[in-house]
Amino acid sequence: MSVLNTAPVGYRSLKDVDAQARKRRRADRRAKRIMMVAMATAVVPLILILWVVVQKGYQVINLTFFAEDVMPFRREGGGFRNGFFGTAYIMVIAIAMAVPLGIGAAVYLVEYGRGRFASMVRFFTDVMTGIPSIFVGLFVYAILVIGTVRIGFGTFVGAVAIALMMLPIVVRASEEMLKLVPDSLRNAAFGLGARRWQSVTRVVLPAAAPGLATSSMLAIARGIGETAPLILTALGSLTLITTFQGERQSALPLLIYDSATQPFPAGIARAWGGALCLLAITLIFTIGARIVGSRLAIREES
Amino acid sequence: MNDRDASSANEAPAEESRVLDESAVREAKKASPSLVTLRAQEPGRERDTEVVLTLDDVTCYYGAFAAVSGVSFDIAKHDITALIGPSGCGKSTLLRTLNRMNDLIPTARVVGRVLYHGEDIYDPEVDPVEVRRRIGMVFQKPNPFPKSIYDNVAFGPRLNNPKAKDLDDIVEQSLRRAALWDEVKDKLGESGYALSGGQQQRLCIARAIATEPDVVLMDEPCSALDPIATLRIEELMFELKKDYTIIIVTHNMQQAARVSDRTAFFTVDVDDALGARTGRLVEFDDTGKIFTRPTHKATEDYITGRFG
Repeated sequence: MSVLNTAPVGYRSLKDVDAQARKRRRADRRAKRIMMVAMATAVVPLILILWVVVQKGYQVINLTFFAEDVMPFRREGGGFRNGFFGTAYIMVIAIAMAVPLGIGAAVYLVEYGRGRFASMVRFFTDVMTGIPSIFVGLFVYAILVIGTVRIGFGTFVGAVAIALMMLPIVVRASEEMLKLVPDSLRNAAFGLGARRWQSVTRVVLPAAAPGLATSSMLAIARGIGETAPLILTALGSLTLITTFQGERQSALPLLIYDSATQPFPAGIARAWGGALCLLAITLIFTIGARIVGSRLAIREES
Repeated sequence: MNDRDASSANEAPAEESRVLDESAVREAKKASPSLVTLRAQEPGRERDTEVVLTLDDVTCYYGAFAAVSGVSFDIAKHDITALIGPSGCGKSTLLRTLNRMNDLIPTARVVGRVLYHGEDIYDPEVDPVEVRRRIGMVFQKPNPFPKSIYDNVAFGPRLNNPKAKDLDDIVEQSLRRAALWDEVKDKLGESGYALSGGQQQRLCIARAIATEPDVVLMDEPCSALDPIATLRIEELMFELKKDYTIIIVTHNMQQAARVSDRTAFFTVDVDDALGARTGRLVEFDDTGKIFTRPTHKATEDYITGRFG
């Protein structure tokens, strides 16, 4: 605009704004409005989902819904007890497999992982996060259910499929949490003559514990609603199954799927009830993950 | 950056973080024998001639570049040796090679010998963990573990012997030596983070000496502390040197002059073509001589503030 070295112009009213500045202000306001519209559009379906699920689901939820097994789809009454139990059973086994393995892998990546092998592991976990869940079901089906191992349908193979879905989430989320532990703490431990393993178990893991709990809960929230991997592994059942392996096992998403795909109003109403329960469970784990995560003990003033 | 560190240290919640004024400084000086008094007792002290650490043509590389090159000098027992010099001269790098902390950086490499009581600490048969047990370290920023004060101090002893019985004793002794016992004896179960910056640093010193090292390395231990906390640490170093050999990196030349017995002055050679900065030792001598009649012009320029 003006050449340097010119003398200061002197006083000019603050309200005296040039045309360019006015143009920039208009562009700024326009951008803000566009972003607000985008945000509102994105939120509408989310709110609609919540509203519809609550509105259609709450009617069927009563004590019998949790206390009784599923009824034939055309009849009213009954509940999803077998589904709740099956999901809990599958999740317990899946968590027992995915969480320790996932945290172990994350510790390896952060504490020991250097060079090619680690970046390969990191790459494949990334790929795994994006794998369609039906592939995972198909894979477990091909290997464990009818394939080389051939142990048939059941709770355990269902849990394996869910664990495979959870694993990459646990690994990547835990990795981020472990990276949050400041190196100054590791250095302090090494400076005192700690071995790598000692620094991991006594400093890094305790400091990252709330974060690791968060990453596990996020993975649980994700795994609990998975349907596709279970279609080919747990298969679904109309009664309560306590067998570890070998018998078809029920699960909440499977019951929702089965009930909703039949043309009977009673079954469809129960499907909405199941969906509402699943939503509530997922929400509890997600919120729980947030609360625990906010208590992260790691702190560094820098 | 240091300013920010200092201010964050001031925010720490404890009695030490009061507004800094002269009366507070005077009070702190009254509380314990001042450095000047301690210094005055110095000339009569029998200097130990036993050499604890010998650096023999030590060069530290990061990848292909030498961070500090060709350093040789001896460190005597019960001395405080100060490493001073401008930023980038490799003094912190050199300090970290003395207890093999640099092993943790993948590209770091050391050429030359570092002898600890005549033993090469880089000998393939020497376990770096053992080196770090004998040669402890205090870092630039106080870095207590997110654990209780007690657990912080007991950390080192527990590494060796998880079921040590005299832990209470070790913790008390270490805290006493670090001049922190009276301030924390009633709240050993509280988090180390609950202390002020200066107290945290003394906690880190207590933690370091709880492993009963022979040498304590201090990497700018006061750079994140206010002047009162700094004074406390300096007095503490004076106490500690009766039992330990101390090597300190400092940017504060008054601090080097106040506390150290010997001073090593480093400078940095910049190779513009390669963009490489390599530190080298200019002068190593008694602190009194370095600060009054340095042999080299570069040293004199630096300590009188004509450099940088």
